[in-house]
Amino acid sequence: MSDKKRVSRRQFLNYTLTGVGGFMAAGMLAPMVRFAIDPVLQKQEGGTMHSVISVDEITNEPQRVEWTVDQVDAWYESQVQKTAWVYNDENGDILALSPICTHLGCTVDWASNDQYPDQFYCPCHGGRYTKDGVNVKGTPPTAPLPVYEHEVKEGMLYLGDSKSRKGA
Amino acid sequence: MLQKLYDWVDERVDITPLWRDIADHEVPEHVNPAHHFSAFVYCFGGLTFFVTVIQILSGMFLTMYYVPDIENAWKSVYYLQREVAYGQIVRGMHHWGASLVIVMLFLHTLRVFFQGAYKKPRELNWVIGVLLFFVMLGLGFTGYLLPWDNKAYFATQVGLEIAAATPVIGDGIRTLLAGDPSIVGAQTLTRFFAIHVFFLPAALFGLMAFHFILIRKQGISGPL
Repeated sequence: MSDKKRVSRRQFLNYTLTGVGGFMAAGMLAPMVRFAIDPVLQKQEGGTMHSVISVDEITNEPQRVEWTVDQVDAWYESQVQKTAWVYNDENGDILALSPICTHLGCTVDWASNDQYPDQFYCPCHGGRYTKDGVNVKGTPPTAPLPVYEHEVKEGMLYLGDSKSRKGA
Repeated sequence: MLQKLYDWVDERVDITPLWRDIADHEVPEHVNPAHHFSAFVYCFGGLTFFVTVIQILSGMFLTMYYVPDIENAWKSVYYLQREVAYGQIVRGMHHWGASLVIVMLFLHTLRVFFQGAYKKPRELNWVIGVLLFFVMLGLGFTGYLLPWDNKAYFATQVGLEIAAATPVIGDGIRTLLAGDPSIVGAQTLTRFFAIHVFFLPAALFGLMAFHFILIRKQGISGPL
């Protein structure tokens, strides 16, 4: 024990045993852990655009538009309904807002509360948004309503994924 | 760092005697393959335990994707094996390990039998070992149905017929296992799943604990 760098036989065996044991455990667990965390590492695919409404029908007043998308959930395939609030803003551009409240995910409605006839209202906690989807200060939501990607083709409005916007 | 952490706990809880009791004991010379190579036969019990640990771990991970339902069982197995990273390996570990654990158990049993290591005072541990063997066979039988493919279905059909051949109570046993007097279906699958992942593993853990405690209490049988 005079030389501090000297490894005793017992220590050496301990290190070897721990090393070999650790290697075996890692070899065993690595595939399982990778298997378990697979959903986190899956690439998100961009959604396809869906035709939802004729452009002629879009007014200055937000109207509820519904369409269905094919959803593949691992081994389960189904059709899921999507909703958007669509209108022409003052510049004549189309705006398609997601109805999912940015507070806790309830569904907002246009002008559903008599006190706020020109705002989006969330019935869960009284969250409100102005017509352009921006959250009203002093109500629970901290960010504006997400906006759907949109494009116009042959007189029809196509909507894709909704993109969240930064807080106001 | 680790030493400091250990010391911190040890100072408060005094774990050293506990873990000495479990881990710190001498391996007799006749059991050590370094002294006599033929002593490798003493490894079969430990190897059985090792494969069992792999089975438990891989099984836990498989249930993250598996669904015990006749509509989705096969689809979920197909998905986890084809689409999920390392799915084929994790399922492969469970699949091949299931056979390997029976082989190891059998070799372990042969070693104990031919060395006469089951004789007094170790008869009770032999009995527990046999019960463990039955539990393992039960795990193999119930696990075989879970992928819900043709092989699984018809193998279970046969297994249930064998159970039904028991005198007097045969039909009762079949209904108890399958959940229905005549159908091998929805209820059979959920029952087999419950037995496979809850009931039999619970029995397995209890029996294994007992098995190991008795080994420590009685020691390893002497040289031939």
